[in-house]
Amino acid sequence: MCLGLPMIVVELRPGDVALAEYEGVRKEVSVALLAGDVAVGDFVLVHVGFALSKIDPERARETLALLAEIAGLEAR
Amino acid sequence: MSNRLPPGPAIDWDHGRIDLSHGSGGRAMAQLIDELFVAAFDNPILGQMNDQAQFDAAPGRMVMTTDSYVISPMVFPGGDIGSLAVHGTINDVAMAGAVPMYLSSAFILEEGLPLADLRRVVASMAAASREAGVPIVTGDTKVVEKGKGDGIFINTTGIGRVPPGIAIGGDRARPGDAILVNGTIGDHGMAVLSQRESLGFETTLKSDSAALHGLVARMIAAVPGIACLRDPTRGGLATTLNELATQSGVGMVLDEAAIPIRAEVRAACELLGLDALYSANEGKLIAICPGECAADLLAAMRSHPLGAQSAIVGRVVADADRLVVMETAFGGRRIVDWLAGIQLPRIC
Amino acid sequence: MILVDEFRDRDVALRIARVIGAEARPERSYAFMEFCGGHTHAIFRYAIEDLLPANIRMVHGPGCPVCVLPIGRIDAAIALAGQPGVTLCTYGDVLRVPGSHRRSLLKAKAEGADIRVVYSPMDAVKLAQASPDRQVVFLAVGFETTTPPTAVVVLEAERLGLANFSVFCNHVLTPPAIAAILDSPEAQGGALRLDGIIGPAHVSAVTGSRAFARFPRDYGQPVVITGFEPLDVLQAILMLVRQANAGRGEIENQFTRGVTEDGNRHAQGLMARVFESRETFAWRGLGQLPASGIRLRPEFAAWDAERRFSLPEPEAEPPTACRCGAILRGLARPADCRLFGTGCTPDNPIGACMVSSEGACAAEWAYGRARHRGKETA
Repeated sequence: MCLGLPMIVVELRPGDVALAEYEGVRKEVSVALLAGDVAVGDFVLVHVGFALSKIDPERARETLALLAEIAGLEAR
Repeated sequence: MSNRLPPGPAIDWDHGRIDLSHGSGGRAMAQLIDELFVAAFDNPILGQMNDQAQFDAAPGRMVMTTDSYVISPMVFPGGDIGSLAVHGTINDVAMAGAVPMYLSSAFILEEGLPLADLRRVVASMAAASREAGVPIVTGDTKVVEKGKGDGIFINTTGIGRVPPGIAIGGDRARPGDAILVNGTIGDHGMAVLSQRESLGFETTLKSDSAALHGLVARMIAAVPGIACLRDPTRGGLATTLNELATQSGVGMVLDEAAIPIRAEVRAACELLGLDALYSANEGKLIAICPGECAADLLAAMRSHPLGAQSAIVGRVVADADRLVVMETAFGGRRIVDWLAGIQLPRIC
Repeated sequence: MILVDEFRDRDVALRIARVIGAEARPERSYAFMEFCGGHTHAIFRYAIEDLLPANIRMVHGPGCPVCVLPIGRIDAAIALAGQPGVTLCTYGDVLRVPGSHRRSLLKAKAEGADIRVVYSPMDAVKLAQASPDRQVVFLAVGFETTTPPTAVVVLEAERLGLANFSVFCNHVLTPPAIAAILDSPEAQGGALRLDGIIGPAHVSAVTGSRAFARFPRDYGQPVVITGFEPLDVLQAILMLVRQANAGRGEIENQFTRGVTEDGNRHAQGLMARVFESRETFAWRGLGQLPASGIRLRPEFAAWDAERRFSLPEPEAEPPTACRCGAILRGLARPADCRLFGTGCTPDNPIGACMVSSEGACAAEWAYGRARHRGKETA
């Protein structure tokens, strides 16, 4: 698939590098593909050590709400 | 400590390095053995300074096992190659239900190894042996030329005695038996991997390296009818269960949701495309016992500090194909196969 | 895990599956192709087919970049790794892919070739910096997801003036492979009927959903760009059922949390700067596909391993009973291949579909057998 994980940026470092975290695991990743549009607290999709794009948690919540609605559940 | 060695130049423990003379059989070797190994492992049998250890045999059934330790990096969170060489071999003895008695240790050192590194490893080995109450009673040291080793290789052999009435073996699992583990899976493998320069990720994960004979003693006291014990080291839980299934001629069904795995181990595995079931453990055991004893065994395991997170993770079934199958938390079923090749970081 | 675990809720999944069951029309059948191996893996891992009504069939596509790497390129990589002074770096997935005569990079490594597994292409650059006496070649594979990182490291090597680093480029593009399947005689002739396509999320994070808009437009095929968690896949299947029922053929985006219509323009720009299209590129199982592969532009020749090293001409592929080709095109299922599980297993793969855990055969081996053999006694 192209393994990709949503990691949260915890620190920006010099040279287009960020420290990103996923469930207690921290890894330096390159943010060279984000052209500077990245801040601490952003979720980024990480593949082979590079942040490919930002992940929008608001959109994720919308999707989950829609799924809950389809499923006939109260949105959580 | 020793009274046989004439005085020679002092060893520079802080800046010195292993050279070929440390394996030559001459004064430098004798001095190293005396000042380092004998001093650290300090016990009466080793102190006899013979080329072999002499001791009285225990009555009954004995076990003997040997294992070599080549781990890189040499030092990792939660241990080092020295403590690992003690724990690993003690555990192999203990997996017969045996009480470990003595260890041997053989070092293969690479020319150029800093003496400070060696001293650290030997100290940790001595501490592990003392803590476990299993003395290192004989040993050997060889030095290989630079490039022909990887710093330190250690071989340890262990012997122990099996208490009367205990019969544990990998061929004794039967349909209806329960499968238990004594805690979280994959910690050691991922802790070591986190230190590899090429992967370098930061976690608070530590190796689970520990000597399990105390836990085993409590387990067999509670349930003498334990059928199998095995430590899922290389190849992890998945590979070890396949070994046991093959040896016993049975199948196994695992409950994914019941297998304890730390969040950090799971996360590191997702990051690298690895599977925690195949990640090594150095302080874990798999126990298989008749289903009706499972609750007692679980309670005994949980009462020990090294078994606080014990869980029943599956059951033994009749299966001519000897497959290990996992019922996934999502309701799927997958075959947990032998590891194909080696685990490597993946992109897809 | 935030943004992950919520999309693995089994209760919600069962309810979505019931909605799919209610909306799928009993008088017809549905065949949806998931292009991407990540979806294949998720479908097996989460046993999604067990949740679906019998008239919805998932067809596993060729979207595993490791599986489609042709034998000739593996042979070339093995030859490259065997050249004096060369250190070959690549992703772990590639090591076990069989070349000709069942050789692989893993076997070449055992025979003494200096082959290293890297997690990131940046690690290969660092290795080149640290080993000035070695020629470090990065064997690059992957789709549009994996390509921008390679572009970054080529530009980095240029910036550093790194003379001992080069890239053996095997990057391929996903839309031409989808087009090849839709254009195939089987699809055109009706032997392979598709009612919709599950499109790749992570590829689309780079390319944007727009890259797949031609399939609804030119082929009338519904496409839903889809995430890799089970709820993502189930939602996408529902979206495809609804499109099919309404006779619509549109591009829809289920993975809105990471994919936009435009994708990552900066990454696209870097790719365009470093790479150019090849006239044609061979895909294992699909054959030569026009404009489906890319290579370094001539101005980056100094970092192009194909220009810097002489590589062997690919051998003609020997005839084999392996049916990976048909499986990758959705025409056969793994169990249809007589090598499956006999001559070809994950331990000793013959076909590419068995190599990667994303391959349809490897997924069937791990999950499908457990599903089909029923419950054990005990």
